[in-house]
Amino acid sequence: MSVALPDTPFSGHATSQVPDAEGRFGEFGRRFVPETLMHALEELTVEYAKAKADPSFQKQLDGLLHTFVGRPNPLYFAERLTNACGGAQIYFKREDLNHTGAHKINNTIGQTLLTLRMGKKRVIAETGAGQHGVATATACARFGLPCVVYMGEEDIRRQKLNVFIMRTMGAEVRPVTSGSRTLRDAINEAMRDWMASVEDTHYILGSVVGPHPFPMIVRDFQSVIGKEARSQCLATTGRLPDEVIACVGGGSNSAGMFYPFVDDASVEITGVEAGGRGPKAGDHASTLTFGNKGILHGTYSYVLQDEDGQTADVHSISAGLDYPGVGPEHAYWKDTGRVRYVNIGDKRALETMQYVARTEGILPALETSHAIAYALERAKQRKPSDIIVVCLSGRGDKDVNEVARLTGQEL
Amino acid sequence: MPFIAAGDPDLPTTAKLLKELAASGADLIEVGFPYSDPIADGPVIQASYTRALAKHVKLKEIFATITSVSREIQAPLVGMVSYAIIFRHGIDAFVQEAKAAGFAGLIVPDLPGDEASGFATLMARHQMDLIQLVAPTTPPDRAAKILKHATGFVYCIAVAGTTGVRKELAPQLAEMLKSLRTQTTLPLAVGFGISAPDQINHLKGKADGVIVGSAIVKLLENLASDSSKTDATLHDIGSFSKTLADAAHH
Repeated sequence: MSVALPDTPFSGHATSQVPDAEGRFGEFGRRFVPETLMHALEELTVEYAKAKADPSFQKQLDGLLHTFVGRPNPLYFAERLTNACGGAQIYFKREDLNHTGAHKINNTIGQTLLTLRMGKKRVIAETGAGQHGVATATACARFGLPCVVYMGEEDIRRQKLNVFIMRTMGAEVRPVTSGSRTLRDAINEAMRDWMASVEDTHYILGSVVGPHPFPMIVRDFQSVIGKEARSQCLATTGRLPDEVIACVGGGSNSAGMFYPFVDDASVEITGVEAGGRGPKAGDHASTLTFGNKGILHGTYSYVLQDEDGQTADVHSISAGLDYPGVGPEHAYWKDTGRVRYVNIGDKRALETMQYVARTEGILPALETSHAIAYALERAKQRKPSDIIVVCLSGRGDKDVNEVARLTGQEL
Repeated sequence: MPFIAAGDPDLPTTAKLLKELAASGADLIEVGFPYSDPIADGPVIQASYTRALAKHVKLKEIFATITSVSREIQAPLVGMVSYAIIFRHGIDAFVQEAKAAGFAGLIVPDLPGDEASGFATLMARHQMDLIQLVAPTTPPDRAAKILKHATGFVYCIAVAGTTGVRKELAPQLAEMLKSLRTQTTLPLAVGFGISAPDQINHLKGKADGVIVGSAIVKLLENLASDSSKTDATLHDIGSFSKTLADAAHH
């Protein structure tokens, strides 16, 4: 590929000084979208830069994160898990204690404030498992903004609880019946809505994917996770962790957790993808482990696709990791070697969820259970003086129907 | 300028359809490459792509089909293809194979002007046109930048939104065409939402061509399940295309 893209592949160390003005994370990122959206993306980039530099915007955001979301949430020492592993000390960053039960609200509060600042009157969003949909519906209810959430018909069936919550919050949940009827098609549908409604509507994208500036905006709003975890770790242990671990689907909780540690060379960083049923195509959602460089949903990153560029089907026990793409900054971290990406399968994630509930009195989401499963394995390889911080991205209440079904129990 | 998706309902029918459209007086024919995630397209064209992909239509077979008909067809053929497909195939290889198959140019709806400079150079080297798109949301200074890379014709998007049949065109369309006319000597073709001869009449004197996609593709819908109607449907599409061509040429 001599003229592959205008850039040559990036080599060198990862830095936190990304993306550049064109949305490049090394060679990744940028904008591959229809012309109809370009003006809105440029406008969003400018407005976001102004908001970021405006102390009153930051103050309003911090205030809401404090009083509405419940931040800062604690960095918790998982004592019994640590003892059971007999290795490194395991700490959990408790995003599960946020309002709505996951990290997603950090981003939706930020983007809702951005919507108001831009004078837009309506919000749209996509959702897979429903966590981002609930967090968007919640933020919109808080500010009285009308909200439409696109959700695959298949996901609506699987995630009735979240659909009910969104509707109770006043959002319209619009079923997506095209293609695979899951998250991927919900994003397509939300983008189509936005192409026709861009004058008065903001699209609150839920992960660090999509065209520039979305991967940057979502990362920035989620970075509160890593910033808090970093200073809490310094305050309670007197030093930085040896390793930071989070699960990666699209990659928003992990990007928020990792980003503030990128320039700390002593901190090892590991992202855990969904290994599903195994490494066969269609059986997993391990985009960085098994995927190729490619384009999906307006960004250049790693993608699971066939040799003709058609997006592949993916599988994971957790609907929140079930995505055939991944944020471009993760692609950059992978190729620079700054973050190591591994995967954990369905079975281990499910076992870990149950084990953590019994051992620590915390019911993690199935997504999060992938990260914890790897952390437990890693702790055993490390010495007792080492510190591992895991992003406990969400609580498992939403998964109880699925877990009961999979384990043959009645609710 | 009619649009059809390659491989819906199957590639042999696509080949026949291309000949039928050419015979009906089409000045140029757009051939859509089926893609799993076509965000610029409305439900009709996406459904057409989904039907083609359900039959596992492959890139190699699309190029083979085009190769087999392109010499017999007077009207230039232009491929409408996602950059996801081009990039995955290998950019050099894709352009070479498209050229060899007989395509005169490509429309890459998710490669906006900002990202197009490298690809535009490659296309020019192979003497192929890279058709640029201008939307109702494109500010004039952005349009000027986009036009720098434009060759062949300029694809003017008639409505903010996806492809698909619409009654009304954007109120600012006439303004946009007028403004583009002062900035380029390339022909202006209007697409997205155009489906009827009276819309074509309305654009007379303002645009040099119109692209009709969904209204044609919709006629193919029932062929996926019932191939006995293939000949009749081809005939219907030919007549519809002729009505549109007559309106455009009148």
